[in-house]
Amino acid sequence: MKQGLFELISNEKIAKDVYRMVLCGDVSAITAPGQFVNIKLEGRFLRRPISVCDLDGSADRLTLVYKTVGGGTRQMAEMTPGAVLDLLSGLGNGFDVERSGARPLLVGGGVGTPPMLLLCRRLVARGARPIAVTGFGSADEVFLSDELRDAGAEVIVATMDGSAGVKGLVTDAMTGLEYTYFYACGPEAMLRAVDAAAPESVAGELSFEERMGCGFGACMGCSCETKYGAKRICKDGPVLRREEIIW
Amino acid sequence: MADTRVTLCGIELDNPIIPASGTFGYGVEFAELYDINILGSFSFKGTTREPRFGNPTPRIAETSGGMLNAVGLQNPGVEAVVSRELPELAKVFRKPVMANVCGFSTDEYAEVAAKLSESEQVGWLEVNISCPNVHEGGLNFGATAAGAAAVTRAVRTATKKPVIMKLSPNVTDITEIARACEAEGADGLSLINTLLGMRIDIRRRRPVIANVTGGLSGGAIFPVALRCVWQVYRAVKLPIVGMGGVESAEDVVEMMLAGATAVGVGAANLTEPFACKRIIEELPAVMERLGIKNLREITGGAHNG
Ligand SMILES: Cc1cc2nc3c(=O)[nH]c(=O)nc-3n(C[C@H](O)[C@H](O)[C@H](O)COP(=O)(O)OP(=O)(O)OC[C@H]3O[C@@H](n4cnc5c(N)ncnc54)[C@H](O)[C@@H]3O)c2cc1C
Ligand SMILES: Cc1cc2nc3c(=O)[nH]c(=O)nc-3n(C[C@H](O)[C@H](O)[C@H](O)COP(=O)(O)O)c2cc1C
Ligand code: FES
Repeated sequence: MKQGLFELISNEKIAKDVYRMVLCGDVSAITAPGQFVNIKLEGRFLRRPISVCDLDGSADRLTLVYKTVGGGTRQMAEMTPGAVLDLLSGLGNGFDVERSGARPLLVGGGVGTPPMLLLCRRLVARGARPIAVTGFGSADEVFLSDELRDAGAEVIVATMDGSAGVKGLVTDAMTGLEYTYFYACGPEAMLRAVDAAAPESVAGELSFEERMGCGFGACMGCSCETKYGAKRICKDGPVLRREEIIW
Repeated sequence: MADTRVTLCGIELDNPIIPASGTFGYGVEFAELYDINILGSFSFKGTTREPRFGNPTPRIAETSGGMLNAVGLQNPGVEAVVSRELPELAKVFRKPVMANVCGFSTDEYAEVAAKLSESEQVGWLEVNISCPNVHEGGLNFGATAAGAAAVTRAVRTATKKPVIMKLSPNVTDITEIARACEAEGADGLSLINTLLGMRIDIRRRRPVIANVTGGLSGGAIFPVALRCVWQVYRAVKLPIVGMGGVESAEDVVEMMLAGATAVGVGAANLTEPFACKRIIEELPAVMERLGIKNLREITGGAHNG
């Protein structure tokens, strides 16, 4: 973990209530896709945890994609280039790309989709051919499809109202797919459904959210019980292996 | 040269800064960030006889200028602390540590205190009779003078180490509890623990925290903490570890002027992991500016005249 100042390079709306923020700063603490940063915002006591969406280490560039759901994220949406943000970076364990096999499945639900982009890049770099299934409410909420495709994934979009891609849930879009491993991030109900839909013989890992006091393992604010004992979502997670989760 | 040393119950500290229990784990997370030997000491996570998972999540909520927590004393239990956490800590921390003791009965307090006292690493026992997040024990003892006295007595007989009783602000008269602890042989007092509070999610129309209520900490509670330290300083002769909302070297000075001998820093460690390092580095310049040569001399300084 590192604490550092990042300069805002760009901040643009990419879908309904969803923004992409590119930051410049020391990204050296970020070692795996699926890790997150914790952002200090003026006038807010707690930092805001946001997943690493994309990373360009050589240019010190970090991309975040976030949805405005409350005061803090709305404040982020109003920031303009040149603004300086205080970040804790390199938080959490992240996804394990070594276990993917040749044909991993990436499942992102809503703002669980962002970490799938860097994950996809890392998997493709290792020679895997990922399939990305992303789920949204309707067409105006869909984001990152082109980026995932450009990064080398076969992309399948699902929307609840059928206004884009497959009509239904990510699990509807998963039917019939064959994959060697799965990675999922999204609302807990989606994670549970993905876990239930995946064949028992396929291993996988799922990324969880929890309200956080610190984000680096000090306060026990984010604990959950697993088959391997109590774990802190912020430090021992946010990614848990399929076999350790107690639903 | 500004002298930041203070003496707490016979043990000298390089400076009065003590990260508060529950915000510093058992030290190792912060030792990865900076050399924690720069601290005066630190108080480790509240420890009970048995391992505890604590309360369901969400355990955390944000407030204006602070936060609520309802962790519920998650800890690995005293055996694991002695056999695993303390040896790990010894690799990164050379100074006496403050052991935060919790329990659900006077016997449990005594047993946990006795076990932790056996460790040479433990300098003081900080006895938490003020946790608002567990349903028995904790605040049940700290809410009445009789309860506080009973726990003080039990721990006093179980250890030779300095006993520091940690008091709650969620009481009618904190000085009455402080006097009861003093009468039973406590060596010091630490205050304040968190204030009981709650938040409601107005979209879901439900409390944010699964436990419904949680303990408020952070900058928002500094004036309440200061007032408690002020009152207790006037009521007893015991040294006080003052805490609650401390975020800067100026806050440390203010807390000491109210009557604190040492100063705890809690929630600030969570939002700003280098908070204690920064405060320690700021202290000499702030002392200089205020004309303070020896920090130990200012304790209770605002009570004169
Ligand atoms: C590991 C992790 C990664 C995340 N990655 C992303 C991401 O890439 N993109 C994205 O849009 N969102 C992400 N989130 C969710 C994001 O943290 C929340 O939407 C955000 O904190 C809301 O802040 P707010 O002030 O707008 O909302 P408010 O509701 O006003 O926030 C109040 C408090 O609740 C906390 N909170 C509210 N919702 C959540 C939540 N879902 N999870 C954790 N804490 C919450 C806030 O941090 C704050 O402390 C992630 C959460 C976690 C835990
Ligand atoms: C997440 C969290 C966990 C805590 N756990 C404990 C504990 O185990 N034992 C204890 O005596 N106090 C505990 N406290 C209280 C703090 O030690 C301190 O008394 C209080 O937070 C006020 O200081 P602050 O405003 O600087 O945080 C906890 C506080 C927080 C925020
Ligand atoms: S948020 Fe503090 S331990 Fe996870």
